[in-house]
Amino acid sequence: MTRMMAIVEREMRKFFRSPTLMMVSMMLPLVQLVILGNAFGGKIVGAKVGVVDYDHGSQALKVHEAFNAVAANIRTFTTTEYPNEQKAREDVRTGKLDAAVIIPRQYSRRVLAGDSPQIGLVVDNTDLTTSGGIEAEMQSLVDALNAPAIQPKVVQQIALEIVELYPYVEYMKYLLAGSISLAMYVAVMIGGGMLYIDDKARGVHEGYLVTPITKFELVLGLNLAGTIKAVMSGISLTVIGSLLAGLGSIFHPETDLLLLLLIVSTSIAFNGMMFLMMVRVEDPLVPRAMFGVLNTLLFFPSGAISPVKGFPPWLRAIAVVDPFTYAVHGFKAILLKDGGLDAIWMDLLFLFGFGIATLLIATPLFKRSL
Amino acid sequence: MNAGKPAMAISVENIVKRYGDFTAVDGITFHVNDGEIFGLLGPNGAGKSTLIRMMTTLTPATSGRAVVGGHDVAREPDAVRRTIGVIPQALTSDIDLTVEENLSIYAKLYEVPKAERERNINDLLEAVDLTKWRGAQTKTLSGGMRRRLEIARGLVHNPRIFFLDEPTTGLDPVSRVAVWEMLNHLKNTRSLTILLTTHYMDEADRLCDRIAIVDHGKLVALDSPMALKASVPGTNVVEAQFAQESAEWPARLKQLSGVTSVESQSAGMYRLLTSDGSLTTTQLVEMAVSSGNTLKSLSVQNTTLDDVFVHFTGRQLRDEQVKALGFVMPPRPGMQP
Ligand SMILES: Nc1ncnc2c1ncn2[C@@H]1O[C@H](COP(=O)(O)OP(=O)(O)O)[C@@H](O)[C@H]1O
Ligand SMILES: [Mg+2]
Repeated sequence: MTRMMAIVEREMRKFFRSPTLMMVSMMLPLVQLVILGNAFGGKIVGAKVGVVDYDHGSQALKVHEAFNAVAANIRTFTTTEYPNEQKAREDVRTGKLDAAVIIPRQYSRRVLAGDSPQIGLVVDNTDLTTSGGIEAEMQSLVDALNAPAIQPKVVQQIALEIVELYPYVEYMKYLLAGSISLAMYVAVMIGGGMLYIDDKARGVHEGYLVTPITKFELVLGLNLAGTIKAVMSGISLTVIGSLLAGLGSIFHPETDLLLLLLIVSTSIAFNGMMFLMMVRVEDPLVPRAMFGVLNTLLFFPSGAISPVKGFPPWLRAIAVVDPFTYAVHGFKAILLKDGGLDAIWMDLLFLFGFGIATLLIATPLFKRSL
Repeated sequence: MNAGKPAMAISVENIVKRYGDFTAVDGITFHVNDGEIFGLLGPNGAGKSTLIRMMTTLTPATSGRAVVGGHDVAREPDAVRRTIGVIPQALTSDIDLTVEENLSIYAKLYEVPKAERERNINDLLEAVDLTKWRGAQTKTLSGGMRRRLEIARGLVHNPRIFFLDEPTTGLDPVSRVAVWEMLNHLKNTRSLTILLTTHYMDEADRLCDRIAIVDHGKLVALDSPMALKASVPGTNVVEAQFAQESAEWPARLKQLSGVTSVESQSAGMYRLLTSDGSLTTTQLVEMAVSSGNTLKSLSVQNTTLDDVFVHFTGRQLRDEQVKALGFVMPPRPGMQP
């Protein structure tokens, strides 16, 4: 016990003495959270749309009202009146406008007659993101206008409905679960894997192995230290990330307890996985090379960036055995849906089980000699 | 531990280590007495570290046997580990930890009780002259101080037998002498048996009671430095440099009385082993004058371990060190410059 704790003490003293590892392990997840959270938000803001109204009837007015609601609420685009189609098309072509909407003659009359009139949309389809965003927005707007029975409420509903589909803060919240898991992964990869192999190459282990420490004490000490580092990294990112993404769930003590369980189980799972992979590695280049590959192989199929439901079967197969999947699922269940223990006990079971299983396989592989 | 104190601290019998087809240690046998400082002397790659690793339970021997402190290394590795202190060749103290933390973590790895731990650390810091630095981070220490810290680290659990792998390699001459003095002092005050490896002749000569010369995994000689030097034919070394070089000089030098070997070194420089330094020198000067040659330099020394090494291996240890650093084209048969 004293001997195992001596290993832990050494690792912890080094860890606290130089804050680099802590910072480095949080850098990647935080940068990803902020950049991806904003880049993949899916929300186009402030696009310029020209409106050519050849109708000026009551139904055309409804369309204008809907545009005004969009401009005021979700701000996907703002509209400018144009006298004719030629001028509007020209401005889309030269980039002064992102799109133009043409309300044809007889529009109001044909709507009231139930004669499905068409509103024209001119987009610059070299910029698919913007044109796609505007098209989607216009489509839902038109769909809503086509339902005459609820027409009076439609305008407001369009705005509200769209706010729930595309708000970018929501995407950052969606990403947070992955970022917390990633912070633990990086902490384990650097604080566990890389430092472990570097120490081995530098002869630090040679120093341990001439003492009477047992193989079990050494393995447990190294893994306990790796797990503690990952837990601290996970807690830090949960707090910082929640504040960045505007999530208040961390202020509830019961939630915190569940989060801590998830953080600890994830740390154990990642650490066990890492130790199993590194137990026979001698070359310090190996963990460095594995870092990126594993990151892609484990992080992206986990549902951290996009839902597992959308994956092809082979990718879903990776997701099933990937501890990231369970960590991400667990954190989402707690942070986004306030799910409680019921929602995450399967995740906890998998993560603890995975960690213990990998450690049990790794221990006999650990060589207590050079 | 066995009843009484075994007179033999280390006993290695016909030990072999193979890595695949390569034999790193090839059937070495030696015994180290209690209280001795025993040196393994040999060039890089001779197998010194491999020998130490087998004796200190780090790597299993392919065949043969090692008994350390009365315990068989293969059968009772834990008992051996408790008896020995080991300083590996690489500097392995933690640069992010303080001097004291480095020591206390190792004391804990050996499960030294708290009170004893503190006392030992105080004593050892004093012995290696680092008391002032106990709170300093190890990265601020010089190479010599770091080596001294590691020496203290190897002794935190009061071992009886102390293994050091190249303790002074890479140190400046002043630090090396300090380490020698420290080891001598520690040996005497703590009744230690010390086994160290080195590729420095002067270190082996100054520090060791007995020396085993190892080359290509084999033991080529084993005795006290005095006896080893006496075993080389010739008791003096004469080094002479002539102004003009000539092909017949080696043969003529060989005929001087008492000379047992002539070695041609660079630029008209010759190294003679002789049983009578003064007579050889006199004749050499006369010969130079009579043949109209001028002596640029002349020195007479006692035989050194360098000569012992050359005598037993046919090679110069210093050359080995230089060659180890660079790639040397092997000579092709029939190729003339
Ligand atoms: N793990 C190993 N695998 C293969 N060869 C090794 C290994 N360790 C040492 N050797 C070889 O054994 C020889 C002796 O090495 P070593 O004991 O380190 O020599 P020394 O300490 O005398 O410089 C060298 O040729 C070295 O390359
Ligand atoms: Mg060596």
